[in-house]
Amino acid sequence: MFSFSALSALCNESLNKLNCLAASYKVYIFSNEEKRNLSLGGHVGFDSLPDQLVSKSVTQGFCFNILCVGETGIGKSTLMNTLFNTMFENEEASHYQNGVYLRPRTYDLQESNVHLKLTIVDTVGFGDQINKEDSYKPIVDYIDTQFENYLQEELKIKRSLFNYHDTRIHICLYFIAPTGHSLKSLDLVTMKKLDSKVNIIPIIAKADTISKSELHKFKIKIMSELVSNGVQIYQFPTDDEAVSEINASMNAHLPFAVVGSVEEVKVGNKTVRARQYPWGVVQVENESHCDFVKLREMLIRVNMEDLREQTHARHYELYRRCKLEEMGFKDTDPDSQPFSLQETYEAKRKEFLGDLQRKEEEMRQMFVNKVKETESELKEKERELHDKFEQLKRMHQEEKRKVEEKRRDLEEEMNAFNRKKVAAETLSLSQPLKKDKDKKK
Amino acid sequence: MTTNIRYKSRIPVKTEDSAEEKQYVGFATLPNQVHRKSVKKGFDFTLMVAGESGMGKSTLVNSLFLTDLYKDRKLLNAEERINQTVEIIKHTVDIEEKGVKLKLTIVDTPGFGDAVNNNECWKPITDYIDQQFEQYFRDESGLNRKNIQDNRVHCCLYFIPPFGHGLRPVDVEFMKALHEKVNIIPLIAKADCLTPNEIKKLKDRIREEIDKFGIKVYQFPECDSDEDEEFKQLDKELKECTPFAVIGSNTVVEARGQRVRGRLYPWGIVEVENQSHCDFVKLRNMLIRSHMHDLKDVTCDVHYENYRAQCIQEMTSKLAQDNRMESPIPILPLSTPDAETEKLIKMKDEEQGVVGLSRA
Repeated sequence: MFSFSALSALCNESLNKLNCLAASYKVYIFSNEEKRNLSLGGHVGFDSLPDQLVSKSVTQGFCFNILCVGETGIGKSTLMNTLFNTMFENEEASHYQNGVYLRPRTYDLQESNVHLKLTIVDTVGFGDQINKEDSYKPIVDYIDTQFENYLQEELKIKRSLFNYHDTRIHICLYFIAPTGHSLKSLDLVTMKKLDSKVNIIPIIAKADTISKSELHKFKIKIMSELVSNGVQIYQFPTDDEAVSEINASMNAHLPFAVVGSVEEVKVGNKTVRARQYPWGVVQVENESHCDFVKLREMLIRVNMEDLREQTHARHYELYRRCKLEEMGFKDTDPDSQPFSLQETYEAKRKEFLGDLQRKEEEMRQMFVNKVKETESELKEKERELHDKFEQLKRMHQEEKRKVEEKRRDLEEEMNAFNRKKVAAETLSLSQPLKKDKDKKK
Repeated sequence: MTTNIRYKSRIPVKTEDSAEEKQYVGFATLPNQVHRKSVKKGFDFTLMVAGESGMGKSTLVNSLFLTDLYKDRKLLNAEERINQTVEIIKHTVDIEEKGVKLKLTIVDTPGFGDAVNNNECWKPITDYIDQQFEQYFRDESGLNRKNIQDNRVHCCLYFIPPFGHGLRPVDVEFMKALHEKVNIIPLIAKADCLTPNEIKKLKDRIREEIDKFGIKVYQFPECDSDEDEEFKQLDKELKECTPFAVIGSNTVVEARGQRVRGRLYPWGIVEVENQSHCDFVKLRNMLIRSHMHDLKDVTCDVHYENYRAQCIQEMTSKLAQDNRMESPIPILPLSTPDAETEKLIKMKDEEQGVVGLSRA
């Protein structure tokens, strides 16, 4: 992980030292920067290197990941079935999802002796919601997650990259609805968010609803809108002589207008994949009917490897650089002295630990303070309660005393009354005799 | 055509029998008189088209009325449409056929469903329809009613995209917001991207979903029992065909030796007026040749009356709220107030009762 400048500086230093030593022994050491072309006297045999590479990769197997972005029902699953000439299992999606979900499915395919681990990622629910402002987020998150997983694997101490199942998205097929006018606003917004993270190939879906002249205008409008909004779609590479011509001509046919079908129809004396209408038969593999053949050529037969490379060399590197810069790693420090990853890592670690300790201290302080506060509050409350208790006790005593007094008064009264009663009774005992006597009279 | 047969007046043939002549009063000529007067007055019809951009609405309108209403139309770019609001644009044309004049107004709704955030994008449309109702209501209640302009929307053609598996949330919300204000006729747009099997599946699915969500689309009136069998058969076929799968075209192509409106593809020619290709003819017959007046009637008798009743109730309930205690006039009973309001009203009344008692 040294930067190139660091390496060359180190080399120069050591070379100088050696030269000084060598000067005394009259030995000449050539520096690395002088390269010479030599011609060979006979056949050595290292021209088999590409073949060795090929046989190695064939035994390893290839891995390819496609992301299909488009509204529900636009024909993503059908196109995948048509492209790979097989029936991947899928259910019809509903229009009533309340968000966008990504559904990755991995399949193992084999053709001749080449194994392909194909992952198809579907966007379920895309374009169905009434408010589509957040529709692009799950897609961007998924792509970033795959990059992140790869980065984690790369940064491991004990890593096994040759064994790693690479899930990074190599190609995003963006399905444009065939309205015939222009891109939809959602398309523009989504493609702008994706163009720096993944290779995008825009395709016009269900193209059997657009006539030739309308298609021509539609394609021009789409491309001009993409260009004027700065959306970077995937350009087929024109630097390799063998394929530059075909790639250049295909670049001019973008976006591809495709029709997908898994049904077979008899046309003439052949059975081809087609769609049967009352007014005619649209043949999928007929180049004058749609651009399916072009898409298959470009995507699978010619540029698959280039797509994988671009993903790794451009998009992944960009992600990695941004991520590491975020974490604080740099190639050169403010004094433009070369930094090593190890030093940066150590510095970051120390910083982090220091932070951690500080936070711990803070928390402990806070805790202690809180405890003190609560304690004092409780003490205060206790005192208050105690005071109240005393007060109530006193009141109680007062009341008791008063009641006692009243009781005594009452008793006295009662005694006085009883006495009077007794007196009155004895008086009345002698009285009724007199009354009787009066009555008798 | 069956429509002409229906509207021809049946004038009884005068016989030699003088007894019968005495019994002939003559009001059987009324249909004739109605026909004459209406031709003199002319007709008007307001049609609204709604749907996402690129569904072929303008092309279909041009095909229906065989004129070019949309010259010099400016279409917006994708970036301009990200935050687009819905506009309402009216095109009015006067067309004439065999002495019958029609003032046709097409209400266009550009921008519907085009923005990234389409929350309540149907609000400008419902507001427009309500506005027209309000204006008519005011004119009708005014003093000088000689020249009332009827700008109410008689019919709304809603274009459903054929690329999906059925209705989408925005379609459902739009139709639910409008089904009690205007006659909605849902159409499957750009039907030339569907094979006959797919069309059938999609139509079934849409009909199911319309039932499920309780959307009240325009229903064809039941035909009278005394109509002839042929007519009843046609009517039945029409009803089973909804929603119509339509294709429109602005161009004329040569097919089977004739010049017809159609779309030219490398694999064949789609004829707009071929019944086995699409339901355009059914739509045209229904919309223009047989049910135009019924659409107007339903708008006047059902949707407008609903609006009017609602308006009046709102006005009286406001009055009632202001003068709850002192109103000596018996207040019109509010139809279907919700249970909670009723409870509150009852409580308040009891309170007043108690207060009254205590006062006494």
